[in-house]
Amino acid sequence: MTETSPLIKIRDVHFSRGSKLIFDGVNMDIQRGKVTAIMGPSGTGKTTLLKLIGGQLRPSAGFIEVDGENVHRLRRKQLYLLRKKMGMLFQSGALLTDITVFDNVAFPLREHTNLPESMIRHLVLMKLHAVGLRGARDLMPAELSGGMARRVALARAIALDPMMIMYDEPFTGQDPISMGVLVQLIRLLNDALGLSSIVVSHDVKETCAIADYVYLVSGGKIVEHGSPAQLAESDSEWSQQFMQGMADGPVPFHYAAKEYAKDLLGLEA
Amino acid sequence: MLSYFQRLGATSLGMFERLGRGSVFFVNILLSIPSVIVRPRLLIAQIYFVGVLSFSLIVISGLFVGMVIALQGFYTLSDFGAEGMLGVMVAASLIRELGPVVSALLFAGRAGSALTAEIGLMKATEQLSGMEMMAVDPVARIMAPRFLAGLISMPILATLFSAVGVMGGYFIGVGLLGIDEGGYWSQMQAKIDFSQDVVNGLIKSVIFGWVVTWIAVFEGHDAIPTSEGVSRATTRTVVHSAFAILLLDFILTALMFGDI
Amino acid sequence: MHISRSIEILVGFFVALGFVAMFFLSMEVSNLSSVNGDDGYDITASFENVGSLKVRAPVAMAGVNVGRVTAINFDPETFEAVVTMSIEARYNQLPSDSNASILTAGLLGEQYVGLEPGGEEEVLEEGSELELTQSALVLEQIIGQFLFSSESEEE
Repeated sequence: MTETSPLIKIRDVHFSRGSKLIFDGVNMDIQRGKVTAIMGPSGTGKTTLLKLIGGQLRPSAGFIEVDGENVHRLRRKQLYLLRKKMGMLFQSGALLTDITVFDNVAFPLREHTNLPESMIRHLVLMKLHAVGLRGARDLMPAELSGGMARRVALARAIALDPMMIMYDEPFTGQDPISMGVLVQLIRLLNDALGLSSIVVSHDVKETCAIADYVYLVSGGKIVEHGSPAQLAESDSEWSQQFMQGMADGPVPFHYAAKEYAKDLLGLEA
Repeated sequence: MLSYFQRLGATSLGMFERLGRGSVFFVNILLSIPSVIVRPRLLIAQIYFVGVLSFSLIVISGLFVGMVIALQGFYTLSDFGAEGMLGVMVAASLIRELGPVVSALLFAGRAGSALTAEIGLMKATEQLSGMEMMAVDPVARIMAPRFLAGLISMPILATLFSAVGVMGGYFIGVGLLGIDEGGYWSQMQAKIDFSQDVVNGLIKSVIFGWVVTWIAVFEGHDAIPTSEGVSRATTRTVVHSAFAILLLDFILTALMFGDI
Repeated sequence: MHISRSIEILVGFFVALGFVAMFFLSMEVSNLSSVNGDDGYDITASFENVGSLKVRAPVAMAGVNVGRVTAINFDPETFEAVVTMSIEARYNQLPSDSNASILTAGLLGEQYVGLEPGGEEEVLEEGSELELTQSALVLEQIIGQFLFSSESEEE
């Protein structure tokens, strides 16, 4: 396995939930050491893609390789070994609500290692320091703001020194300051720890600021991909609408409905 | 008419599907029990939440149930001049039936619903998913200790319920109604059989503990991760537990005490 | 996760209370204390009719419980019921010619075996058989006898 081969290879992945088709043949390469962004409108299954990569969901066709291993062919034990090398940051933070910030960050260390408590303390404080929350170690998750909770979750995600981190909508619902902090942290951690990052988001400006490569997803397919600069100059109407955030375009403003006038008059279509 | 049958079919298919999923889930729990035994601290914390916190409810209920049986029993028995049998009546009804059944019903309401709500909320807030992504199996880390704690706590609670109830009957019978103290205890000792009554009552409570915690943990794990889904799952836990307890009680009583 | 010491103590207390309650139920409420399993000796007695005597029914002498019925069998040769009783070991001075009768406790009570001491020097021991027995009174037979005797008086 050479360093230049992609960390994650996604080939022709199909996935449907119930009768709703979510992915219809998705191909992607996620490069090592880069920040890769996956963007698309809400409801296009970006989070589902992360769960597929993490092996929590199973595609109906196609395959996903992480670090050369087919995620869905692994036995449970091997999958868990692989997951130790993946960090994931959930939209809500997903902190365990019944234990403190310190214990949350210590959780994966205590579960997976037999390190002495003094060593765990050092590691946890180090990770908390990296996200700037060393002082918040004794707080309960309920006492944290949304942005702080995400940073604690980030400290927890890097606790086991993974090779990659997946961010699920890291910027949603953040005030400008915490947004700035998170944007900076993602880039900084990626470069300082030699990670590979996958950011799933629909916040175009923030994501483009840190991404090395961007995939645009819509309607179960990859619409376009390239560096942020390439996408900004794309001549695809759809990409332009999404990147600029225009209200109307190829994605119509109106949900599919009967003709307006007829609807108001109560006529059958 | 056709749609009625279709719905009936769909409902029963759904029931079997849930039962199947529940059974697979139960096997998963069983398989992760060794990992709990290696880490008894997780179990102790859960016995606290499931058992110790139900303690006062069970003891107070047991006391009053015993007192009521004594009061009611006294008026019926005194018609036959058999007040001396009051101790037997209180102890037999508590140890055979009310101890296991009532404490299991209370347990389902107090601890079962809390378990479902807790696990359901953990699911809704992605804590379970998060654990999976941290390569920690939530069944082993979250469900199995809670299940085992319920299995251990239930017989203890039922035994306490019966013991306190017998004391309650004593306060009313001997203290208030003036039954002979020696008669209360000696008649009881003569008629209550250890292997027939006490052990069977204990077996009942272990089975109830198993079924209530199984339902509670499964409903939480299977809940739709929204606030409405969790509240529905919590209701289902209490309702299904109550049904299961009463149905199983009938079957167990028939097997243990009946000649069917 | 760290659980505090007080939680551990409370849980320990809770489990201990469970054992205390179990002990209470077995010793004070049920008959476990009075069945001392092995340290008793078995004797048998044959009755023509045991009525509704049940296994585990008390065996009493002078109104005091001295043992329990452990088995009731039917002897196909003599057509009698063979009742096996376990007598507590401390009552080892019972004369071997004691007689056994099946009595009823009160009007509606259960039936039990009553022993009356004889005058022998020899004492009952494991495997002894009581020779003198008196069957249970069966209500229909008593009524039948009563009617029969009153009829014969009228004649």
